[in-house]
Formats: sequence, structure tokens, C-alpha cells
Amino acid sequence: MKEVVLLSGKGGTGKTSIVGCFAAIAQAKVLADCDVDAADLHLILAPRTKDEHEFWSGQVASIDEGKCTECGLCQEICRFGAIADFRVDATACEGCGFCYRICPADAISMVDCLAGHWFISDTKYGSLVHARLGIAQENSGKLVAVVRKQAKALAQEQGADYIITDGPPGIGCPVISSLSGANLALLVTEPTLSGMHDLDRVLGVCQHFGVPAMVCINKYDINEDNSRQIENYCHAQGVQVAAKVPFDSVVTKALVQGLPVVEYSQGEVTEEILHLWEIVSKRLN
Amino acid sequence: MIISIASGKGGTGKTLVATSLALALKDEHRVQLLDCDVEEPNDHIFLKPTFTTKQSVSVPIPSVDESKCTHCGKCAEVCAYHAIAVIIDKVLVFPELCHGCGACSYLCPEKAIDEVPEEVGIVEIGNAGGMSFAQGKLNVGEAMAPPVIRKVKEHIIPDAITIIDVSPGTSCPVIEAIRGSDFCLLVTEPTPFGLNDLVLAVEAVKKLGMPCGVVLNRAGIGDGKVADYCLRKNITLLRVIPLDTEIAALYSKGIPLVEGIPEWKDSFIQLFDKIEEIANERSSIAQRQGRNR
Repeated sequence: MKEVVLLSGKGGTGKTSIVGCFAAIAQAKVLADCDVDAADLHLILAPRTKDEHEFWSGQVASIDEGKCTECGLCQEICRFGAIADFRVDATACEGCGFCYRICPADAISMVDCLAGHWFISDTKYGSLVHARLGIAQENSGKLVAVVRKQAKALAQEQGADYIITDGPPGIGCPVISSLSGANLALLVTEPTLSGMHDLDRVLGVCQHFGVPAMVCINKYDINEDNSRQIENYCHAQGVQVAAKVPFDSVVTKALVQGLPVVEYSQGEVTEEILHLWEIVSKRLN
Repeated sequence: MIISIASGKGGTGKTLVATSLALALKDEHRVQLLDCDVEEPNDHIFLKPTFTTKQSVSVPIPSVDESKCTHCGKCAEVCAYHAIAVIIDKVLVFPELCHGCGACSYLCPEKAIDEVPEEVGIVEIGNAGGMSFAQGKLNVGEAMAPPVIRKVKEHIIPDAITIIDVSPGTSCPVIEAIRGSDFCLLVTEPTPFGLNDLVLAVEAVKKLGMPCGVVLNRAGIGDGKVADYCLRKNITLLRVIPLDTEIAALYSKGIPLVEGIPEWKDSFIQLFDKIEEIANERSSIAQRQGRNR
């Protein structure tokens, strides 16, 4: 069983649209949406949720006003600026518990956080593991780890060949959590200076964690000079450009219908994505 | 006045709006732009700033003096992140898990723990075309963006118009970046993804209790559901930017919209006027209610 994770650095380059297509194309796979704080894959896969689970993670401090003597020690030692006027700002508290341990009046308690939910769902294309991080919650990296672990267990149980993982934008905690130990990262980029800059950083993360990478240039024809530069850059880095997908409004039209593009149109975009999966699956094996 | 530019979904045009808004205002106001998308900062591509100062951002990581350590295990017991472990007669530190809270060193009964700064990123400060500019950059391979964002925000100039460019999503880096703003501008696109993530972003902004408004980018693709949602939820749709190949071409080359098509400048000035109006209205209501803002 092999896992490919789609990343991009820059957001909005087309990761989820491509994962949606892979869902329709690939056989014997489990799908995982690891963009837990802005998950969108469910919008094109129409999942029917089978299991819903609470995700408890981390704690926040809470001050008992009745016991607090307003000595100010907690405010002084908190490194996250989470306590002001003897009240805790739950969105700033990182749950370290330092204040709770040193409060001379025993006025501080640590409260467990319901940090989100995760789901196992059926789609017409196969099983999907996805999640929803609570609003303004921390621990997105840990929730990503739960989603991947569940997807792996499910894939083993079903004897699936592939796990196809939709990753988050950026290069920080949830990206690292999505990437570590995967067999391949497919980096979806676009020919804009921002896209190119961000590709360089996310490729750096792949190299740092020793995960092999491939690149897909999406909307390559919006700036063909930049696309050529990306190809040259990838060549210099020893990274294969697996596909160049043209810009086509059909991608958005399919999305509005809640369908993967490959099920909506038979045009050039579809052909290129079919070809992309062929290359990716070959590389995985 | 602090205006943060967020979105939920990535790639909707935050950077386009942040850079053009700042450039449109800089001749008439004291403006600064802070790029707090420290994982993937892109404003510098459009503004080509000159940096005058560079600061290292570090997290204080415990360092154990083995000669004083009695392996009592207190440090491991108090660490909420499992970043320090005591195994018989050895103390192991896992810097990538450490948040730098300082509990272990403070609570060590033998005072055997020092804290050593470990760099997680940098902040660069300078100017871009007459405005003040700063950006954070998380080091590649590092997980924790919030310390870098906090450091960028230390450069907020009190009486200026501060525009903060925020990372996509709704989790801790976003909250860290927008906290303390007077207004949050949410940039989205008229697609099901854009709407789904806008709803999440609105909930996050509401949790922080600040006013928000929407810029709808690439209008013309997709459907009308974002506009319907704004109307239903009484969220002001402040500006519409059409899907336009010229705008997309400028963006791809790293040219700010208001420089490539100067007619847009007035539109961004009006956008600011409207934001100011909503933020002032909100703050006078808050004052009337006697709340501390």
C-alpha cells in the first residue's frame, strides 16, 4: 500500500480538484483530507458519513475568580500573552499548564479541549477519512496525524493499493504532519511568481523530511514563460514535472456541480489529469 | 487602525488585495504592511522592499546541566507537549515539540535547566516605495508559525494604518495574525470551496469579536452563493474584483494591481473608507456599551 500526498505551498493552486479526479480514476484506494482547518474535498465527493468521532486534544487554563487573589504571577510567567486582567484568552492559551502549576492560590485549572471531529465516510469512489478542526483551535497537526492513521488502518483492512491524501497549504505543522512517512509528494503549482516562490519552500520541506516529490503545473498556460522557468527549476532540482494542466473554466463549472472534472468533461484538462495519475501510480509502484 | 486580510481558502487573492490596498493608501496616509503569512510570504514579490534589519526568531529550548540533574523526572511531568523525557539516568529533549513555555526550567527543583534559543524563523524589516514593510519567514522544516507571527507584530506602528496579510486556513497561525485587529477583510471567490471556507473564516473572526467584510475576487466564475450568504448573514460585500485575464497576468508577473491598472487605485481607497466607517461604528457602539476594546 502506497501513499501520495498533494501539497503546494501556495493555496488555491488546485490540490483538491486534482485529488477529486484521482478519486474517480484510481482503483482500490482510500482518500484522506488532511486540510483539516479548511477541508473542501467533501464538496466534490458527496460523502455519506458512517462514523463520527470527537477529537479531544490539548487543554486551556481557566481561572476561578472566587479563589484568585490577583497576585499577577500567572500573567507574568505566561509566554503566550494569554492572561490579562486575571482572565485567560482561550484563543491565545497554548495549554502548557505553567500558570496552573505555580498559582499560589490554586485558582487555575486546566480544561480539556474538544478540538474538532473526524469522520469516516463512504463515497461512490471509496472510503474517505476527513475532519473538521474546531474554530480557532490548535493541534491541527495532531488531527492530521489522526486522519492519516485512520486512513492507513482502513486501507489495510480493505487491502487497498493507495492512500490519496489532500494536504494543507503552507509549510508548517499540519504540512509536516501530512508529509512525514508518505511515499510520494505531488506538488501542485501554478505559473505565478508567488506559486514558484512557494513551490521552492515546500520542495525544501520534502527534501528536509526525505520524501520524494513530483510537480504538476496547473493552469500552465496563464503564463507560459513562468511555466518554462518552473520546468527548468525542476530539472535543476532533479524533480520530474509529471503534468501540465491547462486553464479551463470547466474546472470551476464541474466544482459548482459538485463533480470531479474528469466526470464532467472529456476535454484537455481531463486527458492531462488521467495521464498524471498514470505517471503518479507508476512512480508509486 | 489595524486591518487584517484573511480568507479561509488559499489562493483567493489576499496578497493582491493587501498589496494594492497598502499602495493605494500610502500617498495620503502613514501605511505599513506586515506579511504574517510566514509559511509562504509573497508580498515582497510585489513590493520589492529594501530590508534594513533582520531579526532572528527563536523558541527557548531547555538545556539540562547533567552535573546538577538528579533525574527526578519533574521536568517530564510538567511538560504538556512531551518535549522532555527522563529515561533512568538520561534526559532527552525534543526541540521540535517544545513550545518554549519555560515551565520545566522554572519548576526544576535543582535549577538544572537553562533555556537556549533555537531559531525557528526570521523577521525582515524595511521599506517599500515609501511605506514601512516587515515580513516573517518560518525556516523550512520548522513546524511552529505563531512565534514568528508574534515577532512580526511587535513592529506594529501605533498611529499608522497597519495592513496584515494572513495565511490561509482558520487555525492557530490565522488566529495569531488577526488577533488585535480593528477589522478583518475576508477575500474569497464565488465557488463552493470559496464559500465553505469563508463560512469557517467568518466563524473564527466572530469568535475574536471583530467586525469583518468580504471582497469577492474572480467574480464571473462559479455561482452566486457567496453573495447570497453575505446578504443572509448581514456581512457587507465591500468590493467585487472580476475574473479578468489582464488582472491574472499582472498577478502572475508579480505586478500589483493598482500599479498595472492605476484605475483601481480609487476603488481601493473607497474600500478603505468603507472599512474605516464600519470599524468606527463598531468602536463607538462598544464605547457606548462601556466595554473595553
